[in-house]
Amino acid sequence: MIARLAGLLLAAAAVGAQGQTFVIRGGTVALGDGSEPIPNGTVVVRDGRVVAAGGMQMKLPAGAQVIDATGKWVTPGIIGGFTRLGISEVDLSAEGSEDVSANGPFSAAIDVVPSVNPLASTIAVNRADGVTRALVSPGTGKSIFGGQGAVIDTGADMDPITAARKFQFVELGETGADKAGGSRSSAFALFRNALREASQLRRYAVPMQASRGQEPDERDRPIVRDPNESRIYEARRNEDVLLTRYDAAALVPVLQGRQYLFVHVERASDILNVLSLTHDFPGLKIVLVGATEGWTVADRIARAGVPVIASAVNDLPASFEQLAATQSNVGRMRAAGVNVSIGMIDDNDTRNIFAQRQYAGNLVALQRVPGAAGVSWGEALAMITSRPAEAIGMGREIGSLAPGRRADVVIWSGDPLEGSSAAEAVFIDGVRQPLENHQTRLRDRYRYLPRRDLPEAYRH
Amino acid sequence: MSNKGRVALALAAVCLLTGCAELGGKPKAAAPIRINEDPYPSTYVRYPGVLTVIRHATVFDGEGKQINDGTVIFGDGVVQGIGGPELATPAGAQEIDGTGKFVTPGVIDIHSHLGDYPSPGVESQSDGNEATSPARPEVWAEHSVWPQDPGFTRALMNGGVTTLQVLPGSANLFGGRSVTLKNVPARTAQGMKFPGAPYGLKMACGENPKRVYGSKGNMPQTRMGNIAYARGVWIKAQAYKRKWDKYERNGGEMPERDLAMDTLRGVLAGKILVQNHCYRADEMANMIDMSHEFGYKIAAFHHAVESYKIADLLAREGICSAMWADWYGFKMESYDAIKENIPFVHNAGACAIVHSDDPNGIQRLNQEAAKALADGIRAGIPNLSEAIAWTWLSRNPAQAMGILDKTGTLAPGKMADVVLWNGDPFSDYSRPERVWIDGAMMYDANDPKHRPVTDFELGQPGEGDVK
Repeated sequence: MIARLAGLLLAAAAVGAQGQTFVIRGGTVALGDGSEPIPNGTVVVRDGRVVAAGGMQMKLPAGAQVIDATGKWVTPGIIGGFTRLGISEVDLSAEGSEDVSANGPFSAAIDVVPSVNPLASTIAVNRADGVTRALVSPGTGKSIFGGQGAVIDTGADMDPITAARKFQFVELGETGADKAGGSRSSAFALFRNALREASQLRRYAVPMQASRGQEPDERDRPIVRDPNESRIYEARRNEDVLLTRYDAAALVPVLQGRQYLFVHVERASDILNVLSLTHDFPGLKIVLVGATEGWTVADRIARAGVPVIASAVNDLPASFEQLAATQSNVGRMRAAGVNVSIGMIDDNDTRNIFAQRQYAGNLVALQRVPGAAGVSWGEALAMITSRPAEAIGMGREIGSLAPGRRADVVIWSGDPLEGSSAAEAVFIDGVRQPLENHQTRLRDRYRYLPRRDLPEAYRH
Repeated sequence: MSNKGRVALALAAVCLLTGCAELGGKPKAAAPIRINEDPYPSTYVRYPGVLTVIRHATVFDGEGKQINDGTVIFGDGVVQGIGGPELATPAGAQEIDGTGKFVTPGVIDIHSHLGDYPSPGVESQSDGNEATSPARPEVWAEHSVWPQDPGFTRALMNGGVTTLQVLPGSANLFGGRSVTLKNVPARTAQGMKFPGAPYGLKMACGENPKRVYGSKGNMPQTRMGNIAYARGVWIKAQAYKRKWDKYERNGGEMPERDLAMDTLRGVLAGKILVQNHCYRADEMANMIDMSHEFGYKIAAFHHAVESYKIADLLAREGICSAMWADWYGFKMESYDAIKENIPFVHNAGACAIVHSDDPNGIQRLNQEAAKALADGIRAGIPNLSEAIAWTWLSRNPAQAMGILDKTGTLAPGKMADVVLWNGDPFSDYSRPERVWIDGAMMYDANDPKHRPVTDFELGQPGEGDVK
């Protein structure tokens, strides 16, 4: 069976190279935009982009290769909503293998990009499960600021970065309080002071470009210019500064709203305090991360138009900032009109991103639990595909099968929100990906245990 | 035993029966005093239930059988009947239509720290590791159990968990005694204790003990240190056992009691089951040899991410493996985890168990089994089915915990620990609809009054909410 699979993969290897056109048809197609799945749908890919997808009857483009997905499900690739994917090979006591815990002199200035190893086994394992992109945050060290996170792809190549420096990560809840010296008041004071120091440098920064005609808005561009490679460096500063120049400069794009600000908070009052920051700093483009008690203030989050990346099924009062935890959090926020995505907050964020689709399925299940709030199947899929992309202004680039999107496409053995389904073919930017990894190789080596002429080490 | 020894033994036995005045006039040895082996006894009493019949459900009996259009009857706390539609409804029974629904034995988690590492996870409630010496067999997990841990209720309502083993953590080579609990809210840990369940001894090998003590400059600092230290403790335990066995045979002056050694003596006597945290195949082999060296049996390896590499050995030894479906790589000893571990172990004829070690994972053990089952089928493992996979969730853990004669399957006469699922429990879309423990309905998704709320949550935001 395994040998046969390998053969199929080889046969398919020619499909999906950049510059080629291919068509996936016959499968149940879900677009990832919140709509329900379409039986017997078609997906057309050309030059690494989706040309068309859905239930349309269409003439196949000339020369297109056809992949039969009868009996299968076809969706956009899963996006890790909040992760530390690719920056840790082994989390505990394996020095040199993880870049999550950073206690160096810098904070906001840190850029996660050099930590991302596209050959990490964690990337390969998640790729094999249909995860094609991820929002990757640096870990936090001594400061409330973790640094600048990126959007990566999980492709088997040496170019993992889709968008560098897409967001700044800050802790303003219990963890933030701890890092700031013990109180939330201290954390907010540190935060406000940091933005004050950044504002002194702002006038030296690259001016914001206004949107012109069909030009994409600067804020939606995948690459944020590195604030530390600018003339901010030469700017004069006050004497009473806490941040290094490098860190303060890194917060300028946050102030300008050119870089998203991911704020990790869980408690209802913390959420409201974060929302009110925009009174003093109107440029902030806040994304709430966590928000376990978000349902209790869902209307106010919705009114603020702030997206949330939440833990899907967090239902334990695991800390005093999560006393109101319930699996209905996501469904209730969604019902109130909040844009909600699913992330892996404090939940094996370096490696188990594949669990997101199981969690999404669990949200669907909640629709049948009296008193609980779940979400529709289409919305649940959107929460692990298009919603996280929209939260960072990249909805026109990734996360769905709408025309023009990058062709991140997965063919599943069945309904992808069932943990029992598997990714059978994964395309990133239209390129078919290998699904083998450390785990599958071990599986094949130890499938049969009886002693042979040579030790197991010779089975490869 | 030498002849001299036999004679002495025979004499002693005679002395015990008759007194020794006529045999030489030595002073009579005091009769041995029995040590109370159950000083913190269970006070659990099952709650009242009604005679209940579930009809037209798909039933997994826990023994590997699926019954379509199945009938399950329970009352007086026990399963009274299981079969097809032909099974008659006893007079006065409450009938539940199970059409489109599934019935299973309650889920049993063999590896939990609920109560010992409760929510909220603050320092003042962190009671799972007595990390003050590599050998702490004298501590008992039940004495750390906080019965108000909200995690118990989530495991019941979302996970259909009716029984769980709470273990000490793995900082120590000998972590202490485990306790088996009925997942029924109570004011005390005693009120949750599973009546008649044997104790377990938590042991650990590998990274954790050597990291915890090595970092303090103490032994063990290495894996070889782990083994040497543990062997030294077992040698003491053997001597202790000899001394106490002799005392209990012959009486005389009572030897000094040692709580730690009491536990290990219980293991060597086969009364306490070894629950051994161990990831790597080579280390499991070392632990097996150690068990042979000192004459005890390992009930289960926990975490056991490399069991698939030695599944044949584990089958031969009759040792269960308690495993995750897909956790991997968070530490070096979990680096070689594969998603087919559970089905591969099962396929080798060894005992496979799905465990959680996690207050969130315990709410989804059925889904973890579903993933493992699917991965096994995809890897070409023959004769797998949902009914077979359910044995990983109740029968096999019950066996490794020594309670299979009481629960774990729906065999008539066993405790009526039953879950009615609102759909196929191997689907992410299904949830427990009702849960019975000893025939008493402890959860009903349709009735907020049948939803436990812990003391901790009263008056807090979200009290009584669906969770």
